[in-house]
Amino acid sequence: MNTTIAMLLIQDGLTSGTIYALIALGLLIVFTITRIILVPQGQFVTFSALTYGTLQYGTMPLTAVLVAGLAVIAADLDVAGAPADRRWLTARDAAWRQLAWPAVLLVVTFFANPAALGIFGQILFTIAVVVPLGPLMYRLVFAPMADANILPLLIVAVAVDVAMGGLGLLLFGSDGVRTAPLLAMSIPLGAIRIHGAVLLVLGTGAAAMLGLFLFFGRTLQGKALRATAYNALGARLVGIRVRRAGQIAFLLAAALGAVSGILVSSIMTVYFDSGFIIGLKGFIAAIIGGLASYPLAVGGALVIGMIEALSAFYNSAFQDVIVLSALVPILVIRSLLSRDLADEEPAE
Amino acid sequence: MRSRPNDPPHPLGRRTCRVRHRPFCVPSFWLTLLDLAGISALIGLGLVLLTGVAGLTSFGQAAFSGIAAYTSAYLTLFSGFSPLAALPFCLLAVALAALLLGAVTLRLSGHYLPISTIAWAAAIFFLFAQLQVLGGQTGLAGIPPVSIGGFKFISASNCFILIWACVLTAIVTQQFLLGSRTGRAIHTLRGGALLAESFGIPVFRTRLTAFVYAALLAGLAGWLYVEFIRFLNPTPFDITAGIKDLFVVMIGGAAYPWGAVAGAAILSALPDLLQAVTGGQNENYNLIAYGVIIVLLLQRSRIGLVGALAARFPAFQGPDVKVPPSAAALPARPVPRPGEVLLKAEAVEKWFGGLCAVRDMSFEVGAGEIVGLIGPNGAGKSTMFNLITGADRPGSGRITLCGADVTGAKPGAAIRLGVSRSFQHVKLLRGLSVLENVMIGAHLRGRRGVVSGLFRRDRAEESSMAAEAERHLRRAGLGNVMHRPAGSLALGPQRLVEVTRALCADPVLLLLDEPAAGLRHAEKQELAQLLHNLRDEGMPVLLVEHDMDFVMNLVDRLVVMDAGAKLTEGVPDAVQADQRVLDVYLGGVA
Repeated sequence: MNTTIAMLLIQDGLTSGTIYALIALGLLIVFTITRIILVPQGQFVTFSALTYGTLQYGTMPLTAVLVAGLAVIAADLDVAGAPADRRWLTARDAAWRQLAWPAVLLVVTFFANPAALGIFGQILFTIAVVVPLGPLMYRLVFAPMADANILPLLIVAVAVDVAMGGLGLLLFGSDGVRTAPLLAMSIPLGAIRIHGAVLLVLGTGAAAMLGLFLFFGRTLQGKALRATAYNALGARLVGIRVRRAGQIAFLLAAALGAVSGILVSSIMTVYFDSGFIIGLKGFIAAIIGGLASYPLAVGGALVIGMIEALSAFYNSAFQDVIVLSALVPILVIRSLLSRDLADEEPAE
Repeated sequence: MRSRPNDPPHPLGRRTCRVRHRPFCVPSFWLTLLDLAGISALIGLGLVLLTGVAGLTSFGQAAFSGIAAYTSAYLTLFSGFSPLAALPFCLLAVALAALLLGAVTLRLSGHYLPISTIAWAAAIFFLFAQLQVLGGQTGLAGIPPVSIGGFKFISASNCFILIWACVLTAIVTQQFLLGSRTGRAIHTLRGGALLAESFGIPVFRTRLTAFVYAALLAGLAGWLYVEFIRFLNPTPFDITAGIKDLFVVMIGGAAYPWGAVAGAAILSALPDLLQAVTGGQNENYNLIAYGVIIVLLLQRSRIGLVGALAARFPAFQGPDVKVPPSAAALPARPVPRPGEVLLKAEAVEKWFGGLCAVRDMSFEVGAGEIVGLIGPNGAGKSTMFNLITGADRPGSGRITLCGADVTGAKPGAAIRLGVSRSFQHVKLLRGLSVLENVMIGAHLRGRRGVVSGLFRRDRAEESSMAAEAERHLRRAGLGNVMHRPAGSLALGPQRLVEVTRALCADPVLLLLDEPAAGLRHAEKQELAQLLHNLRDEGMPVLLVEHDMDFVMNLVDRLVVMDAGAKLTEGVPDAVQADQRVLDVYLGGVA
């Protein structure tokens, strides 16, 4: 390997590592706040990439139909769960809160011309349609079982992933999408050129991380979320609504997924089932951080990206096997670092 | 990764089996379905023990099946093995893989295992698909069938016998195992690691046992699959397959061996039912249906079909352990000599961050005496108790139990020295009978392991354990409820069961953590009666208690703590008269 190849590999590794970091951050936010292991995080990536890709290919994606359908069910549940004498009021509130946005999305879906939206319109529409999937998923699936243990929550998360895999195939078909680079420029650096896509991924990743840092460190809402992550009961006692915290966590995860999806679609072909493996690599990064540390998870994601780039260079057929096997040494180290099991929650 | 529409056709070609056009294939179609359901049930049986009983889970069982299937295919096609001769090697390969994966994940908290199994199953799948020597994506054909004494298991009906014989054997042996010493140990994992370790059940090794057992059943299923289909490609072992294996037991009822069978039957029939409903043959409809069914099911109840039946018809629960009229006594420890010091705390200190919870605590408990450790709320009693039992480590100082230094030792050290405990927050296994809960106390007094349990070679020892547990229960006045599920008792009797379980360990010293907390007056009297009886028998007890009236008539000596330190120590009358004790309890007189 010479310097040029090494630099190319580092460029590849940083790019995919940044994507995995965004996924890992979404997983960590959701896990620390809700104790849910968000297996379907990768599906946000897929749905976003395929929605955006479909727009670029000149057809309107039907993602908004799914959002609207889920929102109708959620509004219906809200009404059914309200006290009988307040149902009408609840129905009105629920309709406004939950159905207005999907209605707008549906109007755009059925009356707008994708080409007329322009690149930025397409990106905005993609984010606008994918992000609501997060809170809706929380409302419909996880909120009703918020007091369950980690294990049933995990099994349900896997079930949601399976169902979304099927829905993705139904909505987008089995063809992959690859979108045009968003930045067509490239900068020479020594013997290689840094492509615009790479700069965009790194820049967006850094901006997203800075944004999260400011949100969690500086805003009251962010601090409330951290309080919930630290002690849900204590947070509830001081007036933080845990259900709302869950919804915001899912919203952030979906937003990170949506951004990653748009970025990823310009550097690789995305199929309806690509999200799973991308999400899995994000998981490995999150495990490096012990499902608790944000900086370690980001660092871990970059390491995963590098391992992937290296294994793609040396033996591309076994690339995924090598990356996934990296989990074993990570777990060995975590085992050695682990405390006693004594304070683990009982399953019963 | 997941099945794409352009995947090779289903190896069975069962989608092309059209009843209307080829009536003669009807029975074979249903037999094939039953064969596949049996294979799926076998994997499910492993998950019943792992998920339903031990409270762990794996999405990678299909990968274990795949390892066995590929080992068998490789050995029969390229090394001239007969399928039957290949079976031990298949199981060996699976066991090694499970040991490796278990060794790196099972020391971590419970959710690392499922995530790791997802990653591991994906990696194994990619490996199968990429290794050209194993046929890659195209697969391996022409695998020889199983033959026993010249009889070839070649058709769906022959294989039906082979597969379901394996399933029934697995069910019977699993039920034996669940009613054995190892089975109770695996059950105890559900109550948390502290409970298990406190009775000498090694959490890591017990988890590993359950994990390897589940992997071996998945391996057997994989071997049966490849010998039945006699063609092999990676698709049946992908991550979706591993997820479906878990859905099988979730739907059927993860806590019951028959739940695996029921779930396997339902999920094997579901694609064809859905096909009848939707008219299409889309795998994606199946995936959506699986996902939605599981979400709705787990939101409402987590007991599955057989669980729901068992809740309605108790006959499904199966019989409780039988207590034999007579049985050999379990080995018992010698009674401590009078004057022997059983517990000695020397200058023990514990800080939580900047808060000093226990400082400079020194006291002793000797043979034949009952000592009460009392103090107002927040005095540090429970912290002190945790330091003694090994649930927490002291910052400095020394703790000696029965002459052995246990400072900073794990919770298992105390029970091995003959010191058993109860828990302030009752830790009983709600689904097991009272009798079985108490038998957990005797875990270290038995020897029989997993193989004895599976094949019922443990009856003599089990009888002794049951008889011992019954003896303690009768003495505690719980003889009439011993076959009821522990979760059905009120708090008072549950506390008594806790003390009885600790007694069943044949302790030389009993540590009771606030046994009277939250009890009603009558319940306190029952508990006091049991403790009085213990005192009359000379059982040394350290009683951590908040309620002063409760301990006054019971103990020989009191140690009073306040603000983390020892306030005073002495006989009850002297302590009761001590102005400082009155001050801390009553808030002092201005």
